[in-house]
Amino acid sequence: MPRKIVERPQPIEYLSILDWTGKVDRKLEPDIPEETLKTIYRAMLFCRLFDERTLQLQRQGRIGTFAPIKGQEAAQVAAVVQLKPTDWFIPSFRETAAQIYRGLTPQDVWLFYAGYNEGVRVPDDKHDLPLCVPVASQCQHAVGIAYASKYKGTDEVTMVFHGDGATSEGDFHEAMNFAGVYQLPVIFVCQNNQWAISIPRERQTRSKTIAQKAIAYGFGGIQVDGNDPLAVYVAAREAIERARSESMPTLIECVTYRLGVHTTADDPKRYRRDEEVKEWEKKDPIPRFEKYLKAKGVMTDEDFAGLREEIRDELKRAWKETEAKIREFEAGSPDVIFDHIYAVEPPELAEQRAYFLERIKREGRPDA
Amino acid sequence: MPELTMVEALNLALKEKLAEDDRVVILGQDVGVDGGIFRVTLGLIEEFGPERVIDTPLAEAGIIGMAIGMCMNGLIPLPEMQFSGFSYTAFHQIENHVARYRWRTRGRFPMPMVIRMPYGAGVRAFELHSESREAYWAHTPGLKVVIPSTPRKARALLRAAIEDPDPVVFYEPKAIYRAFREEVPEEPETLPIGKAEVVREGSDITLMAYGAMMPRTLQAADMLAEEGVSAEVIDLMTVSPMDDETITASAKKTGRVVVVHEACRSFGPAAEIIARLNDKVFFHLEAPVARVTGYDMPPPFFAREQLFLPTPQRIADEARATLAL
Repeated sequence: MPRKIVERPQPIEYLSILDWTGKVDRKLEPDIPEETLKTIYRAMLFCRLFDERTLQLQRQGRIGTFAPIKGQEAAQVAAVVQLKPTDWFIPSFRETAAQIYRGLTPQDVWLFYAGYNEGVRVPDDKHDLPLCVPVASQCQHAVGIAYASKYKGTDEVTMVFHGDGATSEGDFHEAMNFAGVYQLPVIFVCQNNQWAISIPRERQTRSKTIAQKAIAYGFGGIQVDGNDPLAVYVAAREAIERARSESMPTLIECVTYRLGVHTTADDPKRYRRDEEVKEWEKKDPIPRFEKYLKAKGVMTDEDFAGLREEIRDELKRAWKETEAKIREFEAGSPDVIFDHIYAVEPPELAEQRAYFLERIKREGRPDA
Repeated sequence: MPELTMVEALNLALKEKLAEDDRVVILGQDVGVDGGIFRVTLGLIEEFGPERVIDTPLAEAGIIGMAIGMCMNGLIPLPEMQFSGFSYTAFHQIENHVARYRWRTRGRFPMPMVIRMPYGAGVRAFELHSESREAYWAHTPGLKVVIPSTPRKARALLRAAIEDPDPVVFYEPKAIYRAFREEVPEEPETLPIGKAEVVREGSDITLMAYGAMMPRTLQAADMLAEEGVSAEVIDLMTVSPMDDETITASAKKTGRVVVVHEACRSFGPAAEIIARLNDKVFFHLEAPVARVTGYDMPPPFFAREQLFLPTPQRIADEARATLAL
């Protein structure tokens, strides 16, 4: 009857390539084509400016509550940039940068946040899911999608995003367990932004890293500097390769920070110190990446300024289009809310739709 | 035509659909090698392989969540919950995602899955294995709730549920899983989802029931017949969406109605039926609509579970009281 060591604790790798001062580890620096570097930068900047504009719109009362992304642009964009359009992308509710990179328009995002169901339509050719509010539940959808990809013999990879809070939910663990048991081509990308609303990372789990949770389920986990686009890019590249060629899952923990509020209904001053935010502002992924691109000769200060202007103009146009769309929706019949509940509307629901329309005709809109 | 139990009839429907359509997969705890704890999936893994009859880890939310992803990526999953009482750990996946994904994505991701689960009291099971909570699912927009009452109907309705483009909670009355046999045609047949059936014509009173309460309700109708009362009996079959046409036509015809279910009384399907009859045929009713149901309590431990369930005597007594008004 021995008492022995069954398995030695496995070390967890931490990856950082570009530090916040702009210094690069040349040995680890990936060979990324210039065009891709520019694409990543543009997508990150686009979402930073989009986020600022969305906050203004919310404060002006033109849209409702939303979850800002400020600070997490690198962890999102650099993770999805190597996915193919046919790969599956599954966000939680703070992956707007990745969603827009994948092809969602600012108009769609704004229409959703302005309260129109039409904003979450997913085009037929897209392998992207809409945002998911019940925490961690989307991890299991990723597992089912990946199972179907493997069953059908496609080489599709599924990448699912979740936060550090999600790792406390049963759904996260069930999904990780299924992914390990069935050896599925799925990548879990944890946006460890240090706070699950008011609960800090230390109160979420006693584990030293989130990445190590993968070991319990029989596959690999890696922790990366989530504000370093190069590190995220490399970790995602390795995970995608492992998923596509070996049909094995990976958990990538992006250590990042939510610089803003949890949602616009939240006041972080109640639970976190300004000094902490200031410390993390120094690690902001955008100025860091600018330093890198400049030093590498890929972009100049003029390029950055020009791009800012270009994006601001694009966002202006996009809001105008959103407003036009809102006017169009308002002029249309609001019984679109009855659409798509069932493939064929049951008689009881058809009666309710008719009653709904009749009341509106008689009373007008109560919120008008 | 072979005579089958409900379990064998369900097995037949699953086998047929697996053979007809390679998008169909079954997943759940013990559904493979063990053939399911009630043996509904017996022999299917041998015929269709472990990729299509998938033994899963013990995780209801994981099973339903995985089925959601399968739907998104083109499969037709048939997840099994071993007992309806275990489905509550997957409740959020069913309520938040299965029921809403078509609506939320404006039609892009329909959820053509069938969630099978045995429900109900009467098999001397452990506590937590006997409840009848169809109201939870029927209350959720986007789901359909189907409950068969005989082997032939079980096969035909399960086939239809699998072919349905929307998610169906297929509630299996385990009390009558093996209680009797019925001839089931060799040729595949389906019954429409959303339609009730007048299983016995009558003129004095209508008895409405479904699932495991059907045999008891038919017995009550026999008892009434001996007294010269002509009872019409309706098998609801689909609890949601409900077949208003059939139930209102019968209520208009007889003017008196008793609704029977083993689910708790308050906020149960009978309450909904009564509300609809009020809305649509109130002036045709000769008496208040009565209900014979389980009590508002957890199903008692098995020594007393028959006291909880509606009996043919109780149903007949309620009918007599209604007729006396």
